[in-house]
Amino acid sequence: MTAVGPVSDTLLYLDGVSVSFDGFRALNNLSLVLAPGEMRAVIGPNGAGKTTMMDVITGKTRPDAGRVVYAASTDLTRLDEPAIASLGIGRKFQKPTVFEMHTVGDNLLLALSGDRRPWFALGARQTTEEQARIEGILDTTRLREHRGRRAGDLSHGQKQWLEIGMLLAQDPRLLLVDEPVAGMTDAETEQTAELLREINRTRSVVVVEHDMAFVRALDVKVTVLHEGSVLSEGTIDHVSGDPRVIEVYLGR
Amino acid sequence: MRGIATPATLLLVLGGALLLAGLNLGTAAGSALHVPTYVVSLVGKYLCFAILALAVDLVWGFAGILSLGHAAFFALGGYAMGMYLMLQIAGRGQYGAALPDFMVFLNWQSLPWYWYGFGQFPFAALMAMLVPGLLALVFGWLAFRSRVTGVYLSIITQALTYALLLAFFRNDMGFGGNNGLTDFKEILGAPLSSDGTRSGLLLVTAALLCALYLLARWLTRSRFGKVLIAVRDSESRTRFLGYRPESYKLVVWTLSAVMAGLGGALYVPQVGIINPGEFAPANSIEAVIWVAVGGRGTLHGAILGAVLVNLAKTYFTGQLPELWLFALGGLFIAVTLFLPRGIMGLRPGSPVPKPPVVSEESAVSREATP
Repeated sequence: MTAVGPVSDTLLYLDGVSVSFDGFRALNNLSLVLAPGEMRAVIGPNGAGKTTMMDVITGKTRPDAGRVVYAASTDLTRLDEPAIASLGIGRKFQKPTVFEMHTVGDNLLLALSGDRRPWFALGARQTTEEQARIEGILDTTRLREHRGRRAGDLSHGQKQWLEIGMLLAQDPRLLLVDEPVAGMTDAETEQTAELLREINRTRSVVVVEHDMAFVRALDVKVTVLHEGSVLSEGTIDHVSGDPRVIEVYLGR
Repeated sequence: MRGIATPATLLLVLGGALLLAGLNLGTAAGSALHVPTYVVSLVGKYLCFAILALAVDLVWGFAGILSLGHAAFFALGGYAMGMYLMLQIAGRGQYGAALPDFMVFLNWQSLPWYWYGFGQFPFAALMAMLVPGLLALVFGWLAFRSRVTGVYLSIITQALTYALLLAFFRNDMGFGGNNGLTDFKEILGAPLSSDGTRSGLLLVTAALLCALYLLARWLTRSRFGKVLIAVRDSESRTRFLGYRPESYKLVVWTLSAVMAGLGGALYVPQVGIINPGEFAPANSIEAVIWVAVGGRGTLHGAILGAVLVNLAKTYFTGQLPELWLFALGGLFIAVTLFLPRGIMGLRPGSPVPKPPVVSEESAVSREATP
């Protein structure tokens, strides 16, 4: 085995990943490099493979070909979802998926990094340290006064924030965020961009998004996917000036 | 309401059992207050069913595993106890032989190896827990690891109990075939026909039910229980948080099977017979109906549902036997349509929206299609 690509300064390296569903090539020899501490926006028309890419990274979908190297050492394609989550990769879904029957506080408690085994959970009591971490996240996500409410009773925007809070509780090194501002008001979108920038100070982030104004507000390197591979990469101004991007995505 | 449910359940179960036993033993047969012995055993039977309901609720109400085969674990526990009771007959059967009657009838000369040890009560009691527990462990390990969920899992649990039904019907299995095990004489030296033994069995059943109820309550309120509920409502989400839902399910599934086995072990001495009919798929489905009627996801609801539905069953099968299955089916439809949270959902200020019946799994996979 020879080291492929820029190994040392890479957090995540997708190397020629292909996935087909019933003959449909969702990902087609996709390669992508993410540096530690980087925030990356991934855009692309419907069916470009954005969500499939997230599925491959988090272990939900096994690729037909290619490797996904994490932290220069681990091939994620050999691991399942819990193992990948334990390595420090968190994922936020397009549709907010919080545990509706649990309170906001319990949602965060379950997400807190720590021992995940049943035997531990049987005897676990909430420690003061866990308490403090939950308090901190409640402040960051502005959910403090909702702590005792059932997550199912929250508004759509609050659920999105709770889910981001759960990701923070997981304390991941890499955060994958799927359409975080879908269905949010302009003010909420603004706040979310701010929150993601703040998170990015200590962690790497990949954001999949449709909302161009939001991507512009993030002001980070953009990768444009089309038909399962990278079409263009660069600043938002660079990619939105790229004639191929205009043809498949912006113009048409 | 939440605060009084637990003490009320314990008081009703234990107090009720004590009262019945006291009125049975302490009053003369002609007295207006006298409780006949058959009522004592009938209530004991209801409480055994309540243990089964508790077991079903633990997996269905809290982990989202709809088991349509839980009566199999109940029956296996029952057979373990039946084998012990069978060996206590020794020499007093129809043939006066040391072997159980059905073995004499089959011309067997000695006990098969798998009957060894069942003459000892502690061994039989251990087996009443171990056999269902081990079966559940193996079954669950295979099923949960392969991520078999929802209706597919329900179907294979149904297949499991049906397979056991067919196996136990066979005479050469050595469990009495069609007729099962019956004609029991005594348990731990106490004659099963005596009023005192009957009342004692009722009290033991009530105490065990309370203990298992408290165990289940502790379990569901622990962090383990919170993870279980999370798995029930959104299994794939818990995976992305780093949990292994299959391990959590396996623990609660195995524990639930052990509970069901204990219920079956206490059931057999009180009804006096165990036969392959206990493995009938309909029995497992009935147990699910008890839980649905009482209130899925509330432990006291499961107990209440088991007792109420079985009271109704006793009444119907006495008065209008041919109508019972229609009544049961109608009850299930009515509860599903009008009382989705069961009787417990009727309480004023009763919490929470109905747990989603369709797991988020399907929602996620829909999302994931490119």
